[in-house]
Amino acid sequence: MTPAPAASRTPRRGVPPALLVPALLGLAFLVVPLLALLVRAPWHSLPEQLTRPAVWEALRLSLFCATTATALSLVVGVPLAWLLARTDFPGRALVRALVTLPLVLPPVVGGVALLLALGRNGVVGQWLDAWFGITLPFTTTGVVLAETFVAMPFLVISVEGTLRAADPRYEEAATTLGASRFTAFRRVTLPLIAPGVAAGAVLAWARALGEFGATITFAGNFPGRTQTMPLAVYLALQNDPAAAIALSLVLLAVSIAVLAGLRDRWMRTV
Amino acid sequence: MTRSAHRTRRSRRLAGAGAVAVLTLGGCSASGPDASRDAAGDGPTGTVTVFAAASLQESFTTLGERFEKEHPGTEVTFNFGGSDALAAGIDNGAPADVFAAASAKTMALVADRGRTAGSPSTFARNRLQIATVPGNPHGIDSLGDLTASGLKVVLCDATVPCGAAARTALKAAGVGLTPVSYEQDVKSALTKVELKEADAAVVYRTDVRAAGDKVEGVEFPESAEAVNDCPIALLDDAPNPSAAKAFMALVKSPEGRKVLDDAGFLRP
Repeated sequence: MTPAPAASRTPRRGVPPALLVPALLGLAFLVVPLLALLVRAPWHSLPEQLTRPAVWEALRLSLFCATTATALSLVVGVPLAWLLARTDFPGRALVRALVTLPLVLPPVVGGVALLLALGRNGVVGQWLDAWFGITLPFTTTGVVLAETFVAMPFLVISVEGTLRAADPRYEEAATTLGASRFTAFRRVTLPLIAPGVAAGAVLAWARALGEFGATITFAGNFPGRTQTMPLAVYLALQNDPAAAIALSLVLLAVSIAVLAGLRDRWMRTV
Repeated sequence: MTRSAHRTRRSRRLAGAGAVAVLTLGGCSASGPDASRDAAGDGPTGTVTVFAAASLQESFTTLGERFEKEHPGTEVTFNFGGSDALAAGIDNGAPADVFAAASAKTMALVADRGRTAGSPSTFARNRLQIATVPGNPHGIDSLGDLTASGLKVVLCDATVPCGAAARTALKAAGVGLTPVSYEQDVKSALTKVELKEADAAVVYRTDVRAAGDKVEGVEFPESAEAVNDCPIALLDDAPNPSAAKAFMALVKSPEGRKVLDDAGFLRP
């Protein structure tokens, strides 16, 4: 890709082999599996594979759910990040730990937890069903919630970090000039941290797009409703590896396009 | 590339040994003293790795414990899952001694690629039941009842044997059913009913029986049209073929048959 200005300034001669060799090994480890996808791709049958309606259905659902999950994460995640960065309350460290828990939790555990909380028979879900007739498992909403659960921590972490780096005196100045704290947040803080919010949103979106474990556990697998691309890949791999590779390529291409497209605009400033 | 290709088989073995070592370390330490005492004997020793269909989980776990008791110094480790996923794993070099599938079709995925040693043999058969939540509150008596509006039904995905069988049975009954989810194996389909997230699932009668009173089984006549054979085979890459053969012999013995009968399997 395009070398960043900082990279060209690094003196290349001075790289000790003790660092270079493991670094290249690490690079190869990350890149070779992706290349293998390209090498083993069923190129001749690819057009036929990719024009199947089921593929587009899964891709459309994936894009819709990941985007909705990101929007949902923004609506509740940015205020949560602000709370963690700008206020002091007892147990804040614990709250922060809980917020980051889904980052390390196996997604399938997240799916089980969601099922026990928001399932038709879950601790919260049974009331949703009884009062509003809403059931979440096996629905597209369920997919969005599963993806939000695993993706939102990425956004919160990113925004909180940006908030901590941003100078709070601008906000204070705004409030001393008569703005309410919410107005100060909306008119001063938010524009200030916009790049961090965008970077967090991209991370969350990418994570949501790849979500598998929580989705299949909580939302099940039904084409057009809850079968996102990762689920389609998993089930295709069991009896049609060529289709699984083709689907994987689509997902890979979409992920690269998004990360590359947004990198120059947002990521560099972080 | 050529060098690594030559070494594939060996490294696969090594990877297998590594996995087995990890499993052994985490496994039952109780077999430790016995293992050293009987290691010199001529019976089977070491670890047998069995890849078995999810529907065999309860009966094979029982048989595995019997085997370890009858042959001190052995350990049986299982990988239970959807037969298709297991077959794909074996095809990709997963270290296994024995494969027990839930259908002849999934066994063929492995056998047709020459990965079995000898031909697979059928040791049990399984038929379907409808699993409903306890008490069958929706009064489900037949496959046709599953199409009632508002009823949440889960099926196995057609890629796994229970899904293929369910599809055959529904076709035989002339019932067009739209489930809420196509689950990746029989256990996850049943779990959705156990958690009461789904009202019913079409699963094997053995799984209904294994679930005890958490679900209720409903027989339906079309299940006779979709009986799945369960074949078992020794794999040609088996790291421990002698112990694997002994385990397969136990599965097919009268004692093994009794365990499978109790689980609700039909005889081949």
